[in-house]
Amino acid sequence: MVCALHKPNAGDLPSRRVQRYMLGTMAAQGKHMAATGTKAAAAKTSKSAATAKAAGAKSAGKAKPAGFSREQDLDAYREMLLIRRFEEKAGQMYGMGLIGGFCHLYIGQEAVVVGMQMASRAGDQMITGYRDHGHMLATGMSANGIMAELTGRRGGYSRGKGGSMHMFSAEKHFYGGHGIVGAQVSLGTGLAFANRYRGNDNVSLTYFGDGAANQGQVYESFNMAALWKLPVIYVIENNRYAMGTAVTRASAQTDFSKRGLSFNIPGEQVDGMDIREVYAAAQRAMEWCRSGKGPYILEMQTYRYRGHSMSDPAKYRTKDEVQKMRTEHDPIEQVRERLLKDWKVAEDELKKIDASVRDIVAESAEFATNDPEPDPSELWTDILK
Amino acid sequence: MPVNILMPALSPTMEKGNLAKWTKKEGDKVKPGDIIAEIETDKATMEVEAVDEGILARIVVPEGTQDVPVNELIAVLAQEGEDVSAHPTEQPREAKPQQPAAASVASPAVSVTPPSAAPAATVAADPDIPAGTEMVTITVREALRDAMAEEMRKDEAVFVMGEEVAEYQGAYKITQGLLQEFGARRVIDTPITEHGFAGIGVGAAFTGLKPIVEFMTFNFAMQAIDQIINSAAKTLYMSGGQMGCPIVFRGPNGAAARVAAQHSQDYSAWYSHIPGLKVVAPYTAADAKGLLKAAIRDPNPVIFLENEILYGQSFEVPKLDDFVLPIGKARIHRPGKDVTIVAWSIGMTYATKAAAELEKLGIDAEVIDLRSLRPLDTETIIASVMKTGRIVTVEEGWQQSGVGAEISARVVEQAFDYLDAPPVRVSGKDVPMPYAANLEKLALPSVAEVIEAVKAVTYK
Repeated sequence: MVCALHKPNAGDLPSRRVQRYMLGTMAAQGKHMAATGTKAAAAKTSKSAATAKAAGAKSAGKAKPAGFSREQDLDAYREMLLIRRFEEKAGQMYGMGLIGGFCHLYIGQEAVVVGMQMASRAGDQMITGYRDHGHMLATGMSANGIMAELTGRRGGYSRGKGGSMHMFSAEKHFYGGHGIVGAQVSLGTGLAFANRYRGNDNVSLTYFGDGAANQGQVYESFNMAALWKLPVIYVIENNRYAMGTAVTRASAQTDFSKRGLSFNIPGEQVDGMDIREVYAAAQRAMEWCRSGKGPYILEMQTYRYRGHSMSDPAKYRTKDEVQKMRTEHDPIEQVRERLLKDWKVAEDELKKIDASVRDIVAESAEFATNDPEPDPSELWTDILK
Repeated sequence: MPVNILMPALSPTMEKGNLAKWTKKEGDKVKPGDIIAEIETDKATMEVEAVDEGILARIVVPEGTQDVPVNELIAVLAQEGEDVSAHPTEQPREAKPQQPAAASVASPAVSVTPPSAAPAATVAADPDIPAGTEMVTITVREALRDAMAEEMRKDEAVFVMGEEVAEYQGAYKITQGLLQEFGARRVIDTPITEHGFAGIGVGAAFTGLKPIVEFMTFNFAMQAIDQIINSAAKTLYMSGGQMGCPIVFRGPNGAAARVAAQHSQDYSAWYSHIPGLKVVAPYTAADAKGLLKAAIRDPNPVIFLENEILYGQSFEVPKLDDFVLPIGKARIHRPGKDVTIVAWSIGMTYATKAAAELEKLGIDAEVIDLRSLRPLDTETIIASVMKTGRIVTVEEGWQQSGVGAEISARVVEQAFDYLDAPPVRVSGKDVPMPYAANLEKLALPSVAEVIEAVKAVTYK
């Protein structure tokens, strides 16, 4: 199934695959949407789901995504597991009062950033909103530095002055970590502008959520990115809830791959829970950007298991909905199963990976707990250069 | 080893909560992600998930307990076969980070100088202009254009973007000729989308490019002010010094003539409020040129407030290859001994005309042209007030929380004993700018008001 495409010269467009597992899920259960204003949407989605089903809603029935090699599956497993365990630890440390303020966990969405990162190359920039811990780990930033920033210590990436939502690494081309919903979209477009200005072929990976996708500056940026053919991939992480508001209650157009339609920006919907799909879509998008054709939109259909932030009990969705996602679509379990069944990786080998990941996370927690707070003199540094 | 389960903090402000329910019993197996309890905070009922695997060996705080403090031991988790009877259940060490010594960061209640660690702005004086330097008379408009052209010739990373800056040659013709000299790659017409292109400029600056973002007027920059403040001004700090933002936001600020409320606002106070920004507001062509060149070279975000009425006014500018002035340094425009008049930008036109009138009345006014609003050259103001004992500030902006208010506060804090009269502020009136010619005139400050204010502080 193909999302509506709007470029006159369709021959220029990469082939696209669309898997509407979420719509399928919702239609099958018919009850998991928030109570208000969902009837029409449900009716609409069931039609799409039917189409998706006809095309083979289960991944087994449709054209399988290009398989990963054993090494790729192992890498993906390790990287995603690191994010999962890191985030669980962060949640725990928040509970202990070691992490303050707001803390937004990425659990459930790991395949998106890891799959994108596997397809990117050195020099590409990354920028995102405040749900950023996973993105930083994916760029190779150190767990110690991130965790110590979460606890507000001097060994943190921002020396304790940024916190969970505001971290950067010039070395890893990670441009934040932004607390204002949607601001990173214009900024990420600016990173792409700089690539074009300098004449290099780096790509800006600009991540934002389904909530940010409704901000005005997003469309101002789309317009300029398309107008000037800027190499930017807009990765819309649709985790179905903008804080507590379901996509269908906030968005007139819930197919986010179409959000660039009036600017002639191609887009596709991707199963963001299947890292192979993410990786394949990322490669298509990067090819598009690097060949000078301008921006590209990837709607990653994903899901966050935890609340919006640590203080969110997530009463706006059912436990069944969350549980179904966890048991049927978990991005890490999918890879784990392949490793065990298809690649015949020994349980012990996976246990070793689990242990090494736990060690990294435990060390980061230890470091972030014992590292001193910033020196009071830091109050006055880094205001101006 | 048994693991202590502590009462979790579930929001930034939570100090205690009610243990509403245990969803696991003693002896139950739990694995990570299992819901073990429900806790009520003042905002919501939250589920607590197990982080580790094990057996819920002991429940320390029974369900129904109210006001359980965060970090209190609520249960113990054991591994299979472990005996927890001997496990100590005393409170673990305080997890809260230590507060830094209060005295080292708190401002003293009465401060004559800023808190000790605050960086004192040490700014060099204007460079000497070599004797015999030819002076040329040019408009502020030409001075600004020349400054941009000179810096763009020197540095490939400098570019200018904004509405109508290229093909149209600038809505106010400030970018005249730049497209012809530098081409469309470096002189970029944007759509009318201030929020978006301000953000794009800031993003480009994060990578080390040096954008000059022109706002057709600063009134329209209100659409972009989130990117200016939250992204441009704060990122160096939030990144622990990793990510700078060498960008200039420039354009006309304040009232033009007869364009009414939405097109006539003075943003001097708004931007000068923000740490992480530098704010410049020149009056003369020479200052416009020397300070814009400095702003473009500055590694920080600089707000460069111009004035439409001044664009066409001519001043002498030294003919030098590279005339750069220091940001953060005021200039004594007219030395005097009886009263200090502080102004900047268009405010200088009222101040200088008033000074000329006052001279006829036998009052010798010292006129300080601030030129920069952040850093604010307090030193020059205080030195002048110590000499004259009286101060009048002049601005087109509103009084409340204005620049004049800030100057008055600093003078009172730092030179109270030298004052022979309370500071007086001449300002725009506390109303949206009216359209009618007579009302607009009333809303703006005037030479007469400056003269009246000076007479008041000199008791004449």
